[in-house]
Amino acid sequence: MESNIENMPKKNIFSAQIDVAKFEKATEEEKRQQDVMSESTTFFKDGMKRLMKNPLAVGSMIFLILIVLVILIAPKVVPYSYSQINTVNGVRDKGAKNMKPFEYSELEQKYMAEGGKVFPHIMGTDEQCRDYFIRVVYGTRVSLSIGLVASVMVLIIGLLYGSISGYFGGRVDLVMMRIVDIIYSLPDLLMVILLSVVLGATITPLIEGTSLAKIGTNLIALFIVYALLYWVGMARLVRGQILTIKSNDYVLAARATGAKSGRIIRKHIIPNCISVIFISTALQVPSAIFTESYLSFLGLGVSAPMPSLGSLANYAREGLVSYPYKLIFPAVVIILIVLSFNLLGDGLRDAFDPKLKK
Amino acid sequence: MNNEYLIEVENLKQYFPIKTGFFKTTPLKAVDGVSFKIKPGETLGLVGESGCGKTTVGRSILRLYEPTDGVVKYNGEIITASNMQEYRKHMQMVFQDPYSSLNPRMTVEDIIGEPLDVHKLYENKAQRREKILSLMELVGLNAEHATRYAHEFSGGQRQRIGIARALAVDPKFIVCDEAVSALDVSIQAQVINMFEDLQQKLGVAYLFIAHDLLVVRHISNRIAVMYLGRIVEVGDADDVYEHPQHPYTESLLSAVPIPDPIQAKENKRIVLSGDVPSPMNMPTGCAFRTRCRYATERCATECPSLLDRGNGHEVACFNR
Repeated sequence: MESNIENMPKKNIFSAQIDVAKFEKATEEEKRQQDVMSESTTFFKDGMKRLMKNPLAVGSMIFLILIVLVILIAPKVVPYSYSQINTVNGVRDKGAKNMKPFEYSELEQKYMAEGGKVFPHIMGTDEQCRDYFIRVVYGTRVSLSIGLVASVMVLIIGLLYGSISGYFGGRVDLVMMRIVDIIYSLPDLLMVILLSVVLGATITPLIEGTSLAKIGTNLIALFIVYALLYWVGMARLVRGQILTIKSNDYVLAARATGAKSGRIIRKHIIPNCISVIFISTALQVPSAIFTESYLSFLGLGVSAPMPSLGSLANYAREGLVSYPYKLIFPAVVIILIVLSFNLLGDGLRDAFDPKLKK
Repeated sequence: MNNEYLIEVENLKQYFPIKTGFFKTTPLKAVDGVSFKIKPGETLGLVGESGCGKTTVGRSILRLYEPTDGVVKYNGEIITASNMQEYRKHMQMVFQDPYSSLNPRMTVEDIIGEPLDVHKLYENKAQRREKILSLMELVGLNAEHATRYAHEFSGGQRQRIGIARALAVDPKFIVCDEAVSALDVSIQAQVINMFEDLQQKLGVAYLFIAHDLLVVRHISNRIAVMYLGRIVEVGDADDVYEHPQHPYTESLLSAVPIPDPIQAKENKRIVLSGDVPSPMNMPTGCAFRTRCRYATERCATECPSLLDRGNGHEVACFNR
């Protein structure tokens, strides 16, 4: 029968007769194409696939990766140091004070005329004749690492504490949440200042000579302060989420099929509260950067000459009218980092919520 | 192994401690001494008004709550907390709310596959998928639905997913906890017919919990009527429906709407006075006496137990 169709004469284009060739039986391959069933995926894979479709989130991710690349590579490429006065051919360049972006000092111009090569000051120099670009790069390094380390610590402590408290409930929950209440009721700023002073004094002898000394006592104190104080918000959030999810029928259904606690937490509870955790972790990063900024402002943040974006912005206030770009550079970097973390957090939340699937 | 009854529940009690003061707790007697038996492939309908403990009975049998007292036997063997895990393969549950009983972060494939994962009932991925697809076909879902999420389905389809999940382990007994009450009438009919088809095909026994008497009569072989944590009347579905003995059953049946208006006018509705007493402060003797037309002094002092009135029709009342 199939051969019959093939042997039929070709239809005249102008003929109104139905083309019999169109009613051929579907081949096995064509039948398979009608099977619209898609590949089975895991929850995580599905979420990542959707994240990649969100242009804002992808843009933020690319920007953050670029920033990380710059702060890793720039110190290797730029021949200046964040802590030393500009030198030209081994001579200290006292004239390179408060220069505009891409400006060269007299000494540098003379050296270039002699045929020497000088790396341009992309963002000018500061009042102590230091290259401003490399200072901003180091400032970003410090701020970003504080933001990331602090929020990861908050995430780990808060997630563990909150999920234990929420899942087991009862008396465990009661005691654990009263501890959280006590920490919550302490005045934040006061505790931060007290702890950084006390910790600063006790840590210094401990880390002497180790690689940690390079990071600086203040920075380590800052991490500890964050780990001690700021996890309570996350713990409460996670506990609240778990309490609501736990009472859902699907958790009961999982228990009725014989699923163990570990499986219920892994398959039912975490996927359902992950989006809230994502967004609050992403928002924790900017808040940590801001905390570091005001502590640096109070003299309790990173110790000079190590810059951070907050302290750079703070120093820039002094010459704001004459050298506005000194405030603009660190401020723009802070804004862009905070913005991209927020957009990325939003994107993650949307991607991991199947109800928002387009 | 060859037991006449698949499920035997004896004197099941489920009390919940409720805080009534700073140090005081009062037991809430949700289920207070319930006994019944279900044969393989049989459907027992469990009816009663809201809050009378129907759902708690279902959940206690599956040990989603640890029963305060009483025995549940499967095929003549007593189920304890430690050997429950193996019986979970034989006893499953379908939930009332098709919206909250499916995890919104899981695809249909994973929801139905969960019992298979938990009990490791497959050797490889292909076999898992094959099983899931055959289950989906069994409850009338298309294969293309497998990778979708639960929120993309209507209530009736969601309930089918829930039923497919319950069937995944090849259970012999399913507790249907108000499995159709959240659906609208036309979908109810579909799902109920599906329950009946599945019973014929697979030979499962149901404990069918509902408050819609017509639905229960349609699907059940036997009906048990509950009031305040106790069973007041048990018997063959038609027998209970046509000749109710207990005054509570009488008033419950008189409240069933009749589609024919002329007949409905003739039918006298027995309206109960008063409210359901609090299960934390139960009346002495018969729990129903505060609202009963026939109540005597004896009802206040003694609690009637179920007595056979012939044909396995048991009633717990002194006066009828």
